[in-house]
Amino acid sequence: MKAKPAAASLKSFSHRHLLGIDGLSRRDVYTILDLAKTYVAKNRQPDKKHAILKGRTLINLFFEDSTRTRTSFELAGKRLGADVINMSVSASSVKKGETLIDTAMTLNAMHPDFISVRHSESGAPHLLAKKVNCSVINAGDGWHEHPTQALLDALTIREHKGKIEGLKVAICGDILHSRVARSNMKLLNLLGAKVNVIAPPTLMPDVSSFGVKAFHDMRKGIEGCDVVMTLRLKTEYMQSSFVPSAREYFHFWGLDREKMSYAKKDAIILDPGPIIRGLQIDSELADDIGRSMILEQVEMGVAVRQAVLELLAGGEK
Amino acid sequence: MKQTFALPTHKLDPHKKVAYINARLFDAESKLDIKGALLTIGDKIADFGPGLFKDGKTPQGATVVDCKGHLLCPGLLDIQVHFREPGQEHKETIATGSKSAAAGGVTTVACMPNTKPVIDDIAVVAFMQKRALETAYVNVRTYAAITKGQKGEEITEMGLLAEAGAVGFTDDGLPVMNAGVMRKALAYSKQFGVPVAQHAEDLHLSCGGAMNEGKISAQLGVAGVPNAAEAVMVERDIILAELTGGQYHVLHISTAEAIDAVRRAKKKGLRVTAEAAPHHFTLTDEAVLEYRTFSKMNPPLRAERDRLAVIEGLKDSTIDAIATDHAPHDQESKRVPLASAANGIVGLETMLPLSLSLYHKKIMPLRDVIAAMTYKPADIIHVPAGRLKKGARADLTLIDLNMEWTLDPKQFVSKSLNSPFDEWKTKGRAVRTVVGGETVYTLG
Repeated sequence: MKAKPAAASLKSFSHRHLLGIDGLSRRDVYTILDLAKTYVAKNRQPDKKHAILKGRTLINLFFEDSTRTRTSFELAGKRLGADVINMSVSASSVKKGETLIDTAMTLNAMHPDFISVRHSESGAPHLLAKKVNCSVINAGDGWHEHPTQALLDALTIREHKGKIEGLKVAICGDILHSRVARSNMKLLNLLGAKVNVIAPPTLMPDVSSFGVKAFHDMRKGIEGCDVVMTLRLKTEYMQSSFVPSAREYFHFWGLDREKMSYAKKDAIILDPGPIIRGLQIDSELADDIGRSMILEQVEMGVAVRQAVLELLAGGEK
Repeated sequence: MKQTFALPTHKLDPHKKVAYINARLFDAESKLDIKGALLTIGDKIADFGPGLFKDGKTPQGATVVDCKGHLLCPGLLDIQVHFREPGQEHKETIATGSKSAAAGGVTTVACMPNTKPVIDDIAVVAFMQKRALETAYVNVRTYAAITKGQKGEEITEMGLLAEAGAVGFTDDGLPVMNAGVMRKALAYSKQFGVPVAQHAEDLHLSCGGAMNEGKISAQLGVAGVPNAAEAVMVERDIILAELTGGQYHVLHISTAEAIDAVRRAKKKGLRVTAEAAPHHFTLTDEAVLEYRTFSKMNPPLRAERDRLAVIEGLKDSTIDAIATDHAPHDQESKRVPLASAANGIVGLETMLPLSLSLYHKKIMPLRDVIAAMTYKPADIIHVPAGRLKKGARADLTLIDLNMEWTLDPKQFVSKSLNSPFDEWKTKGRAVRTVVGGETVYTLG
């Protein structure tokens, strides 16, 4: 018999959807992280299957290609006993004219309990949530938010540092186009971490309302940090004058041992993946099991998504 | 309250007399503001003044309209509207758009040429005029495109188009990016006495942005349009206007920087004018929070400092006119994620109350507010309208300045409902609209 989380924490989580870090309280976040931690242990057992969501249906509605996030949601759902359907909606069928709302209404008619949605446009999950009767989980929308990623990052950090409050975290890379950066800035700020964001001037948005410090010089931004998070630079932005070349980007904003030496000695490295070796991070550093948490993040991801699914299922509607 | 509409017959008895009594006669240009009466004969204003019909005797056979002390002013103009006809009649038509104008107290509109097909040929201008004669409640004038197909490459037959009735040229929505083409357009159009109007946006700077670039766009994770996209274009065009001596008009100006550029150009004495939309002096980009597609327009709603700059521009006449950029869209164009949503809002039925708020809030004198909707826009496109004058065409708007009412897009007569002003409490409304001596709209 698997232990159930305390009824009190389930009851206190009253959200119907998880559309972003916006709207979550510190208490909500700890409820998710605490429950996720129990799943980390359970997922290491030979029998990983539970019946908490037996009879429920999760639809993974992905308008953008994704391997790790979709697989993670799929495993999370299946391990809790839910039926999981993956729907990859290619850009071409969107162009055929079916609107997001039509797709949503069609799926809604099949009575799912959860839809996790990945979409290239910011705000798409919010629109979806207005039209369906089930819980909507934002699995990444445009440049806006990727809340389960930020939650799994927080869990990873907490597992290693024992806390988040008071830590100094650097987020480096393409901040402008990054939903991971936005969710992490919001979440880490909510939990009381000091956040530095580092990007070339062309890839830095107006972060004045995020409660973070902006840096263009990577060494200054990393200095004294407990956690260094790198972000991918998509090829499409490499090609449109945001940065002149891969080698120049790596020279100034790629994470290597020399730049990492400005962080605290026991600092850890996180990256949401996919990692592009030699662009955002030095290959050897990425494989350094003493510092790089990249694979552990993947493990935490499944546990966090299990926790989110369970809490949304139990939350007051 | 009941709205009653009547299409103009265009067959009005030239001797038909209408006496408007108990009016507050108001004309911005001549600074007229006095209690009195006005007489129209046929489609013309025959006489008006404080002494007219003072003895209570109106001419025999005249229809008498009791204005009940309300403001009787020249019919309002809106020199930037999209009526979607031809090509997108499911969003609006000349009939429904002009009906919306009548309900808003607007007697003359100027249509943007981004129809399907584009108004870049005299045949399309003739089509517009024919449809207007058959179906329009108000005077419908039209801009033509600066370049063939709005492609930004070759200028249109500007002379023939102007002769056919085009009141100006613009590639609205698609700015003329090529400075060489813009130079030629400004130089060539000068010959025909019509303005070249620009939707000022450097496309390389706006780069597909869906809202104002700033704190809110950073929060929402939406690509932003920087103020520089507008300002760079306006600065460039002003230099070209100076080079050519052409008449340049900035459509829906929205940024402090561009307004400042126009201010400097006017000081230099250049032939440069600008208009602003009510939403740009009423709302900021905070209205886009929650991904509200009804608050998406181009140029986008800007920051508070820009909103205040628009008001300052109206106050010191840097901005000549208020124009709505009335942009009807069907539900499907707006019920999509923000970046995919169509730009624009309907504006004809909200222009007057939103503009009058500048007066009610004591930001601007009433005369200046009315000027920005009457003779000043008329002068930009050189149409004989916007003035109370003997012998002028009898286009009139009767305004109840103090009527309090709540905006409800569902009640709009426009075919589309895309307005962010749902449930706005406002003050002031058109109660009668007269076009060429014929009442086309009454309220109550």
